[in-house]
Amino acid sequence: MNTSPSCAIETRNLRKVFGSRVAVSGLSLTVNRGEIFGFLGPNGAGKSTSIKMLLGLVRPTGGHADVLGLPAGDVDARRQIGFLPEDFRFYDWLTAAELLHLHGRLCGMSADRLRTRVPEVLELVGIAQHADRRLRGFSKGMLQRLGLGQALIHEPQIVFLDEPTSGLDPIGRRMVRDVIRAQRDRGATVFLNSHLLSEVEITCDRVAFIKDGEVIAERDLRTSSAEGFHVTAQVGKLSPSALAQLAAVVRAPRYEGERLTFGVSSQDVLPEIVRLLVASGADVYRVTPEPLALEDLFVKLVGEDRGL
Amino acid sequence: MSGLWILAGVTLREAARRKILWTAMLAAVLLLAIFAVALRFQVAEFEGRPMSPFVRYQVESGMLMVGLYTCDLLAVVMTILTSIDTLAGEISSGTIHAIATKPIARWQIVTGKFLGFAAMVTVYVAITFWSTVAVAFAVTGVLPEHPFHGMLLIVAECMVALSVTILLGTRFSTLTCGVLALGLQGVAFMGGWLEQVSGFSQSTQIVTLGVLSSLIMPTESLWRRAAYEMQTPLAGSLSFSPFANVSIPSVTAVVYAGGYFVFILWVAIVLLNRRDL
Repeated sequence: MNTSPSCAIETRNLRKVFGSRVAVSGLSLTVNRGEIFGFLGPNGAGKSTSIKMLLGLVRPTGGHADVLGLPAGDVDARRQIGFLPEDFRFYDWLTAAELLHLHGRLCGMSADRLRTRVPEVLELVGIAQHADRRLRGFSKGMLQRLGLGQALIHEPQIVFLDEPTSGLDPIGRRMVRDVIRAQRDRGATVFLNSHLLSEVEITCDRVAFIKDGEVIAERDLRTSSAEGFHVTAQVGKLSPSALAQLAAVVRAPRYEGERLTFGVSSQDVLPEIVRLLVASGADVYRVTPEPLALEDLFVKLVGEDRGL
Repeated sequence: MSGLWILAGVTLREAARRKILWTAMLAAVLLLAIFAVALRFQVAEFEGRPMSPFVRYQVESGMLMVGLYTCDLLAVVMTILTSIDTLAGEISSGTIHAIATKPIARWQIVTGKFLGFAAMVTVYVAITFWSTVAVAFAVTGVLPEHPFHGMLLIVAECMVALSVTILLGTRFSTLTCGVLALGLQGVAFMGGWLEQVSGFSQSTQIVTLGVLSSLIMPTESLWRRAAYEMQTPLAGSLSFSPFANVSIPSVTAVVYAGGYFVFILWVAIVLLNRRDL
């Protein structure tokens, strides 16, 4: 596979089957260098398995994946990768500073370099005051911060973050957001797997939605939010026939009291809708379009709750 | 320093913190105390009646072998119990994710873990072995015939047990590993006894069964070779006990155990390489 130098990650028909269960059915995606990429999907969609294949933890059943132009899992590729697992844990007798030192050494860093780098990273993830405390006494949030620290210790070109904010309070979440942006600023690529769509929305440059082990949609969050609008209107005297007419041009119209809600793909159709309502004899007091949030888009794309 | 040695170092620190190690050390101290007292009683009893120095030496050497056998048994069980969790536990808890995604090959993970535990086990065996020898010498003045050979063979026995637990850890849960490893040790023990019995019964079927068991798990044959190296020449030709031998494992059996150990570690590396983490 020819991977362009601007590609951080490129997969083609990546597939993983566990026994008779297809975890990833044919994942094809491209992540550019220097991009914050959000990887979204419902539970059981194959996100974790996909990340594990990119990291070389899981062997693909079929297809191909390149990371920084090298086959996924290659030791040289891993030199440039940092990974925060979803539930980070390690030997609990190590202190925070010892843990970072150990992971730095495993990444090939010199003891000299680590003498300055370890305190820097502890500061970055906000646990400098706990440098000499053993992990045994750490809360989930502190472990998460330390896990983030070990992923960044060697200033990797790609950082994989699996649910990085799951154990954190709002201040911790803001720290993670700042750290992610700082990675982009230094030219690194961030591959973010998160359930917190509002976080993803304000952090990511681009997102891919995955369902049943396949990418079902990709969106560039930098260029537009024109996935559609959710419209709330205050309308009086709306006749059933006008509502039926409306249903032909908008998504999911609902009318209760004087409150009319519906979805449209573009704001351009709004004047026509207002004309239609006025012509039907309805009184239009207010029409407010709001960009569809990532969460709405997620629900729209991924579909109904399957209880997973 | 490569990833291998960094992992070996951290594994050694992890191994040295295991409660089982310190429990085994405490057990060794207790057994050593009982051993010393028993020897003392024996010596006192011998002093009270006429006995040829030759017979007395043989009996006291036999007592020393009892002490060394206990030391060997504890070392093997301690090796299995401390190392059983190292791969299986880290795979099930996900701790291994932060290691296996670093720029180190999986063979380095297996070898690093092996080396870390091997260092700990060697120190443990050296301490308990020489303490037993020292206590026996202090009370009776008796020394084993070839103590260095004996100790090295006991260490080798522990290395074989360690390689097996590491291999099992690449595929099974901690509990399953523990049951399988101790079960295999049971097979080895049974094999040793069958070979001993065959020395008297002359039954070729029993010999075959004994040899087969020792081939499946060659730990006990290493102990029997160690016992042969350490016991007095007379005991070697007369005794019948797990501490001494009728049927002496040949040098080939020792070489087989070496090849077995290398093969088992190689299979462990292949299996960890192939498995999804």
